[in-house]
Amino acid sequence: MSNHQYVVIVGCGQTGSRLANRLSVMGHSVVVIDQRRDAFAALGAEFSGFCLEGDGTDKACLDQAKISQADLVVAVTREDTVNMMVAQVTRHLWHIPRVVARVFHPALAAFCRKLGLETICPADTAADAVLRLAGLDGGPAGVGDGR
Amino acid sequence: MNILITGGGKPLQFLCRRFLAKSCRVTIVDQDPEECGRLSRQLRATVVLGDGTNPLILDEAGVREADVVLAATPHDADNLIICQLATRCFSVPHVVAVVNDPENETTFRDLGVNAFSATRVIAGLIEQRTAFQEITNLIPLGEGRVIVTELRLRDDMPAVYRSLSELDLPPDVLVACLVREGRAMIPRGGTELLPGDQVMVISLPENHGPALRAITGERNEWDRA
Repeated sequence: MSNHQYVVIVGCGQTGSRLANRLSVMGHSVVVIDQRRDAFAALGAEFSGFCLEGDGTDKACLDQAKISQADLVVAVTREDTVNMMVAQVTRHLWHIPRVVARVFHPALAAFCRKLGLETICPADTAADAVLRLAGLDGGPAGVGDGR
Repeated sequence: MNILITGGGKPLQFLCRRFLAKSCRVTIVDQDPEECGRLSRQLRATVVLGDGTNPLILDEAGVREADVVLAATPHDADNLIICQLATRCFSVPHVVAVVNDPENETTFRDLGVNAFSATRVIAGLIEQRTAFQEITNLIPLGEGRVIVTELRLRDDMPAVYRSLSELDLPPDVLVACLVREGRAMIPRGGTELLPGDQVMVISLPENHGPALRAITGERNEWDRA
């Protein structure tokens, strides 16, 4: 992402705020949406984007975030289903070119990928990282998701 | 018929009773232990304590055998994912979401999930029922795309002592049946309407108001608002 990007981040928790700070420092335009106003306290002084208090699944809220202009939407609220809904709405109804959903539950994450959405599952990511560190990478993915 | 419902609460309890009375097998999945206890004491339903958005819980609750899945939790995002899981992972033939935010009705449909908003249905019924005094019954069919209205004719209405063909009815409206002195009849163009007749009118929602206005002469309070 060397060129300038317009990024909408839904959820200003640990991941959302860190991502917002870093994108902002890189010079990208960032809008962060969260239902709780105090969540924005996690944004650092280096953050120069916009904060929007609201529900990321709500059409009016997405409109206000000028979602139609977004190059990238990242759904990282604490609720898996909210992230999956935001991702589907922005990908399929607003036709945003890149949409990423974080899904904690591995079985749901597998389903999210099946829906054709770019999915990050922290448990899978961590397991992959451990295997890589141990020099055991290349093992089958999705085995530990209980299916 | 096997019905799997996610969510709890009073309205759902009444809904379950109805399904059970029609000898459906009902399974309820709810996250709240207290609500699950209540439901299992009061209903002849299988109650599963767990998160309905978890595919493993759905599987355990027997979703593969379900003919119908009804997602009616208080969280619309959960309802969306439950419906999608039921359809795509478990091949459930009939899947419906009850959305909390009426705006999500179209969002869900655009994403391929059958949804209706109880709020919108109730608001619509109240509007239609209170708009005209003489309506005795009103049934939306085909997900509200067709409305059957039953009303009783008074002698001060413009439609009485006139034949059906003389009525100034808008298009897509049918006076399908009338009950006169306890006898049902299918009217024809030449049938004269009389005071006391109970008429069954079938209409599209957009012509519901104009049709009733043409028959009763009443003005719809809601149209003016």
